[in-house]
Amino acid sequence: MILDLFNYWVVIALMMIGFFIVIARGNLVKKIIGLNIFQTSVFIFYISAGKVNGGTAPIVVEGAKLYSNPLPHVLILTAIVVGIATTALALSLVIRIKANYGSVEESVILKQDKL
Amino acid sequence: MLFSIYGLISASFFMSMDAVDVAFTEAAVGAGVSPLLMLATLASVGRYQKKPTDPEIPKVALLLVIITGILLIIGTLDMPAFGAADAPAHQHVAPRYIKESPEEIGIPNMVTSVLASYRAYDTLGEVVVIFTAGIGVLSLLNFRRRRRNIHLIDDIIAIDEHKILRIVSKILIPPILIFGLYVQFHGDFGPGGGFQAGVIFAAAIILYVLFFGVKYAHQVVNQTFVRVFSAIGVLLYGSVGVVSLLNGKNFLDYHVLAENPTTAQHIGILVIELGVGITVACVMILIFFSFIENIEKVIQELRK
Repeated sequence: MILDLFNYWVVIALMMIGFFIVIARGNLVKKIIGLNIFQTSVFIFYISAGKVNGGTAPIVVEGAKLYSNPLPHVLILTAIVVGIATTALALSLVIRIKANYGSVEESVILKQDKL
Repeated sequence: MLFSIYGLISASFFMSMDAVDVAFTEAAVGAGVSPLLMLATLASVGRYQKKPTDPEIPKVALLLVIITGILLIIGTLDMPAFGAADAPAHQHVAPRYIKESPEEIGIPNMVTSVLASYRAYDTLGEVVVIFTAGIGVLSLLNFRRRRRNIHLIDDIIAIDEHKILRIVSKILIPPILIFGLYVQFHGDFGPGGGFQAGVIFAAAIILYVLFFGVKYAHQVVNQTFVRVFSAIGVLLYGSVGVVSLLNGKNFLDYHVLAENPTTAQHIGILVIELGVGITVACVMILIFFSFIENIEKVIQELRK
């Protein structure tokens, strides 16, 4: 069934939305939001790859035979927290750029750099 | 706002895909901390953007994005179907984790046993990354340290008193803190662990700052204390590794901690999860305070 692949298409749609924001918008804050959307699409990709039909959450319980794959959960769990820490770092860089250049627009910053 | 809703929705479908641990984290980070940091940034850099100078750029970008998207979709046609149990991803190490970790590590939550025992070295690296990011934010935002106790944001908050919100948050914050501790120490048996507990705990403190102002928050959460403890968490994690090194085993080999192998694993996991929890909570609080202080700086400059 071709519809079995819909999870990948959702991921690709989100990923492309994020990608579009990153390349088409000059505002640095918007670029970071785009990167964040891109990042969540990767999270969803991993988690959906770990899902097993009929499986349950990977915590041992009586009577459960099939579990979802715990490995992607571990990777993404830490990636989310690392992601917020690095996003905070990026945002603080933006704040510093604003303080020094007086703008967060890519075009304005590039113009000032050329002078 | 929209970003926060997006975070909450992602959390709910992680839940539906059996990733309960991930859903916890995403609910606290995606719906709570990350949109707040975005808003704090917007408050200090201004919320207006310039019209794009070159109208061609979005068109080219759209074309590029569509081409990439189509190529990626063609690429997925060979991928295993969603939820297929025979997908290659489930064949390699996952069966071992699922079959043997309950006996080997002795705890029911496989996510915790993979995170804190099989892949403890990775996790140490990630904690260090979080700690480093915290240091980075501190050094970028607190570049000119000025010791003053003027709290401009508090003035703004006090102008319109949110009585209902304050009372509701007073009722909510203690259960959130207790829930954070529960998630921390129950992570071996149910969904939870240091990362989740850290962000939940930090979310409660951030809620307090939002409703009661920076002045009271500084009295509750001492800044030096938070700074010292964000380092102590990493130190605690690393020293578990050093203890096993000094006892002649591999780095982060928990078997030196007790005679019984599963008891040793229990102790090891508990200690390093505590380290993770302390670091994550402290770094999140630290980052949030730096952003808030920066907004105050910007307001001050505007008033001049």
